[in-house]
Amino acid sequence: MADKIKLTLDGKEVEADRGETIWQVAQRHGIKIPHLCWNPAPGYRADGNCRACMVEIEGERVLAASCQRKAAEGMKVETASERARKAREMVFELLLADQPAKEESHDPESKFWNWVSAMGVEPRSRFPRAERAPADYSHAAIAVNLDACINCGLCVRACREVQMNDVIGMAYRGHGAKVVFDFDRTMGESTCVACGECVQACPTGALMEANLIDKASGKRVAFEDRTVDTLCPYCGVGCQTKVHVRDDKILYVDGRNGPANNNRLCVKGRFGFDYIHHPDRLTTPLIRRDGVPKTECSQQKSREDIRRVFREATWEEALDRVAKSLKRIRDSHGGSALGGLGSAKGSNEEAYLFQKLVRQGFGTNNVDHCTRLCHASSVAALMEGVNSGAVTAPFTAALDSDCIIVIGARPAENHPVAATYLKQAAKKGAKLIVMDPRGQTQGIARYASHVLNFKPAQDVALLNAMIHTIIEEGLVDIQYVQAHTSNFEALKAKVRAFSPEKMEQNCGIPADTIREVARLYARSERSIIFWGMGVSQHTHGTDNSRCLIALALITGQIGRKGTGLHPLRGQNNVQGASDAGLIPMVYPDYISVEDEATREKYEKLWNTRLDPNKGLTVIEIMHAIHEGMVKAMYIMGENPAMSDPNVRQAREALCHLEMLVVQDIFMTETAWQADVVLPASAHAEKWGTFTNTNRQVQLGRPVLKPPGQARQDWQIIQDIAQRMGLDWNYKQVSDIYAEMASVMPSLNNITWDRLVREGAVTYPCDAPDKPGNEIIFANSFPTKTGRAKIVPAGLLAPHELPDESYPLVLSTGRLLEHWHTGAMTRRATTLDYLEPEAIVGLNLREMGRYGINPGDMVKVATRRGEIVLKARADRDVPEGMVFIPFCFAEAPANTLTNPQLDPMGKIPEFKFCACRIEKQEMASAAE
Amino acid sequence: MNEMSKRVRGRDAGPGEPKRAIHPGAGRRKAVPFNKGRVLAPGEMEAVSAIVGPPPYRRDLLIEYLHQIQDREHCLPASHLHGLAELMRIPMAEVYEVATFYAHFDVVADGEPRPPAITIRVCDSLSCMLAGAEQLIAALEAEKLDGVRIVRAPCLGSCATAPAAEVGHRHVDNATVDTLRLLSQAADTEPEIPVYQELYAYTAEGGYRILRECLSGKLAIDGVIKTLSDGALRGLGGAGFPTGRKWSLVRAEKGPRLMAVNGDEGEPGTFKDRYYLEHRPHQFLEGMLIAAWAVEAEQVFVYIRDEYPAVLAILRAEINKLEKAGFTNHTKVTVRRGAGAYICGEESAMIESIEGKRGLPRQRPPYVAQVGIFDRPTLVNNVETLYWVPEILAKGPEWFAAQGKNGGKGLRSYSVSGRVAKPGVILAPAGSTASDLIELAGGMAAGHKLKGYLPGGASGGILPASMADLPLDFGQLEKHGCFVGSHAVVILSDHDDMKAVALNLMRFFEDESCGQCTPCRNGTEKAVKLMQAPSWDYALLGDLSQVMRDASICGLGQAASNPLACVIKHFPEDLP
Repeated sequence: MADKIKLTLDGKEVEADRGETIWQVAQRHGIKIPHLCWNPAPGYRADGNCRACMVEIEGERVLAASCQRKAAEGMKVETASERARKAREMVFELLLADQPAKEESHDPESKFWNWVSAMGVEPRSRFPRAERAPADYSHAAIAVNLDACINCGLCVRACREVQMNDVIGMAYRGHGAKVVFDFDRTMGESTCVACGECVQACPTGALMEANLIDKASGKRVAFEDRTVDTLCPYCGVGCQTKVHVRDDKILYVDGRNGPANNNRLCVKGRFGFDYIHHPDRLTTPLIRRDGVPKTECSQQKSREDIRRVFREATWEEALDRVAKSLKRIRDSHGGSALGGLGSAKGSNEEAYLFQKLVRQGFGTNNVDHCTRLCHASSVAALMEGVNSGAVTAPFTAALDSDCIIVIGARPAENHPVAATYLKQAAKKGAKLIVMDPRGQTQGIARYASHVLNFKPAQDVALLNAMIHTIIEEGLVDIQYVQAHTSNFEALKAKVRAFSPEKMEQNCGIPADTIREVARLYARSERSIIFWGMGVSQHTHGTDNSRCLIALALITGQIGRKGTGLHPLRGQNNVQGASDAGLIPMVYPDYISVEDEATREKYEKLWNTRLDPNKGLTVIEIMHAIHEGMVKAMYIMGENPAMSDPNVRQAREALCHLEMLVVQDIFMTETAWQADVVLPASAHAEKWGTFTNTNRQVQLGRPVLKPPGQARQDWQIIQDIAQRMGLDWNYKQVSDIYAEMASVMPSLNNITWDRLVREGAVTYPCDAPDKPGNEIIFANSFPTKTGRAKIVPAGLLAPHELPDESYPLVLSTGRLLEHWHTGAMTRRATTLDYLEPEAIVGLNLREMGRYGINPGDMVKVATRRGEIVLKARADRDVPEGMVFIPFCFAEAPANTLTNPQLDPMGKIPEFKFCACRIEKQEMASAAE
Repeated sequence: MNEMSKRVRGRDAGPGEPKRAIHPGAGRRKAVPFNKGRVLAPGEMEAVSAIVGPPPYRRDLLIEYLHQIQDREHCLPASHLHGLAELMRIPMAEVYEVATFYAHFDVVADGEPRPPAITIRVCDSLSCMLAGAEQLIAALEAEKLDGVRIVRAPCLGSCATAPAAEVGHRHVDNATVDTLRLLSQAADTEPEIPVYQELYAYTAEGGYRILRECLSGKLAIDGVIKTLSDGALRGLGGAGFPTGRKWSLVRAEKGPRLMAVNGDEGEPGTFKDRYYLEHRPHQFLEGMLIAAWAVEAEQVFVYIRDEYPAVLAILRAEINKLEKAGFTNHTKVTVRRGAGAYICGEESAMIESIEGKRGLPRQRPPYVAQVGIFDRPTLVNNVETLYWVPEILAKGPEWFAAQGKNGGKGLRSYSVSGRVAKPGVILAPAGSTASDLIELAGGMAAGHKLKGYLPGGASGGILPASMADLPLDFGQLEKHGCFVGSHAVVILSDHDDMKAVALNLMRFFEDESCGQCTPCRNGTEKAVKLMQAPSWDYALLGDLSQVMRDASICGLGQAASNPLACVIKHFPEDLP
């Protein structure tokens, strides 16, 4: 009761929560008060600067900004007194004076103009006009027209407080005050990462999506005719989106208030949507012309090239050919001669159907997807330790943490919206410890309390030294260890030899620092660990994860608010695709294919005998092709010809197949080797559920129809299944979901209808009317004993160490603007504009040693191959290291990478191999 | 073209071979060979750390660091700002917005020429304008002095010796082209330290006795506060809030508490704080230390405007002596230097500035007594207010309270300037009238006849000669649309054009508006434009005055239209 107060609002006594502003109280009572600088959206603080929301409070000398002023007991407020109304109108008249006229305005549908109409204010001003800043169209994605700026500072709050990308400022003062980017550079020359939060926040159209504007007139020319609520197609964060469409083309995208993004998006999600309209889209089934040999080539093919190699076919012919070939090979060589690669980009329903087809129809467990290349080792270690491959807490749990470790992950580039929560947590006071051989100066490091740029591949040395410190200094949560874990003694024995003082040499981090962060992690009330591919993509990736799991277990930093283990999942549905069984060793929900009871369950359900043996993983399948064991493959939405390590070998393998069916939306490097290419649907063209890194199952809705004859992926899978003699008859996506949910206890209480209603539900979920459990393992682990198993790890050198011939360390990864193999993002106009060419990141000093200047062409070679690409002086790359994003088809980083696998996770060592560089004089001259 | 390159070109362009790598991208653009944004060149961070010293770097010291760079380089080059941002690990934009907010920082973009090493600032505020500042500026500009730039500056606190100017940090009274030329050519830019009462002299006359009695427990906090209340001491920065009550309010807030001294005396026409600080700094310092004791402030920030370099030097020297003498053991005293922003005299803007940010006034509530520096309860007092504390405690409340007239209580230091014979700080009873003050200032200047006066600096409005007998005290002038504020009385005569006076004042507000809220940011700018017009739109100016008064965030915007409204009311004959 004490938290309620009473006040008088326009003569009526009303009740308010303590802390509520006058504007909020008025809003609840249906009273509309104009507002410009106040954005009633999550993460935005009221600033009270525009003065459009002034109200009169009895007994006060001046008016008050209702957005900012808290309601108080006994307060008497007039929201529309003559004086308040007059003040608001004058504020608008002052602002109108310097605005372009409505008919000339950049966005006549902006909040500003909407209020002008709603208030009935004359859309003109008696005041003389001030000189305004010229237009800035230097940025590919965002048009800046500060003549419409009203200095409300929403873009500053968007950039600095909501997304914390820290580019926009309000510089100068008085009427000269101006929105600036960095040191008042053009937006295009600034450090802007184009998250577009400012565009979404701007109430006047001063900051707008560049593609909506006619640059000659500065006027908005494109308006949507409809809007669809759906999801972002890119990373594992799982942002909810609002997609605005005109004439069946996506115009622009806004963030929606989803549990993982609170309206935020990044450059990919907001501006990377138009790949679906790219002329390269596949629109007809294609069949390889007779006699055209399969060649490997990463060069993008023109339409003429494609026509030379493939001919168009009807769906009937293409599907018949696929089914016939697959059946023939299966019947003559057995199911194990077939294999399938599904996709983490597709929906849960597609993943489920795909693995079902391979298991039921192909008769093999040779089904895998790119999780193998991302977090397979993390999942292996998690399954071994806690018998669950998913995160124990969402990334938003960081907001409740006191200590956050981010190791081997670059969230500002790869999970940008997740990074915003980490930065906010750190700004609120949590200690943020960033461990990465590369710097993150333009990422989260600004907010870090500790930055540990350790030597590449020395994760175990660093982490074991932390565990050593925790044990030696008595910081172990003994009660927790005794109640909830097993095998602690083995860990204790193992790490005895790993004192920080000894490991300092190995990992390059001073012993004191190791001890300090170990203490910080152990002693903090709530600590949480995030990790990414820097941890997993090593031949000792499983060991790295084991150490992280051990850290959490011995300190009891798991299962509580603000604690846990969170491997940041890479693709939008890598969690869901894994859950749905797109893995060669397990059925849906991670039940081993060797588990007889489960196999019998599925045999009964699917009415067929199932392969009792584990199938082959992504890389193993390629080897098996070379060995003649696997003869046909069905690849849906995957691009191993770019993503596999030592990619030449993978491409050769693909060329050897008797039948390669590729189902995709573009002629990918993989599809080039196909016998049949089936045109599929893009994310924005389909219904489906997707499970993000937080275990949130979310519903994606179709925005558009697939182009030409392209079909829904689930229908194509069903078409093949039916032609292979399976009795499938799904009518719609929800039918598939229903079947999937019926065999996956993890989806209990999450029905299709509920998802349609709620948009997102976290699993596991205890009841149809309760939210899901965000934090898991509060009381026990889903192991047989209920205990988590601590598994100690030893030091394992990377497989290929630098030597005289190959003196540098090559690490691969991603860029903010490009995603996975670039098939989608490089065909997105804005993303292509921002990162158009293959680059190699090098330390400026290292470049000096080789006589390389920024912008020079550089040859990078390893024992497996060489590529030539442009040198970028990258502050974040340490000396001795070479960093190459793997998204560039013209210089595929995976030509160079080492295919050696982690023995348990079967993940290749993308993050470490020996290489050499040299300046490529001629190519540079020919540029 | 050598053989190799021909071969490569030949290969690249060979039949059937693509000319260049073909990839899914459009191929229309080239990749940028650096990280996004301005490229931090090698050595830029080191250059800055050589100036500002080794880490750790504190966010609240940003303005101090900027001063160090500006003092060394005579400007803030982008390279140094970038280096500083990286050292401090704060956004470039955050450094830039602070650096460009304050008038005394000269930001120089990459590739832009640096400003000359010597800057002459000429005051163009009202008292100096009356004394011919415009002619001085024009004459100086015509000189085209080598290595010197001429900058207009708002009030330098030398209104009694107008026109005033500054060569670097050296103040020049009754400035002429000749003295300014000489000083700038001699590069004589260091402040002249006036003769002031030093610590030994102050203690010799019994100074710090009261503080000792406070610290020793001889005087009780409640008693001290009661004495000040009984003595009717009020905030003399301009608001007139009862000092004793303010101390009680701050004490009532949960600690730890802080204190700030508002020494950002920028109200045009006001120079009394400067007078006390340059003559009797210890009486103020004793008052300050008593206040810190009374509210148990862990730290005291003495915020002094950058226009008072001599004061800064005096305070640094004398506080150092006090620390050595053990007078500051109950708190920690830190001098902070403003950087050229009138708005930082507004207490919450000053707090922002102390925190190293732009001086944007905060919205109230919460009041700074509740949420002040670093969000802690903070006592903010003006210099002169604190100056009277030891004397009232020594001589008793009656002594002070009994001094007023016309219903006023206490003594006031009126800064009197303009058209009087002997301008200066005039100590007179609270409630004195303009006529009293003119008399005390030796009458009107020769040949001048009283036309009107500003009772409280630029923001206090303008009153006509017919109202020269109003008591100039808190609460007395509001009914006339004016206030006494910092007691800066500028006397205007029949030689003065009231339109020009009002325009000068409005221009000042336009320059000094922080830019945060619409009514003030746009209102001051529109008002100047409207007031420059050949004929005035009175209805519009009236509407504008009203919205500025009603809807601005702070006193600057709320009061900025006072002179405008006053000239319309009292001097219509001077207006178009």
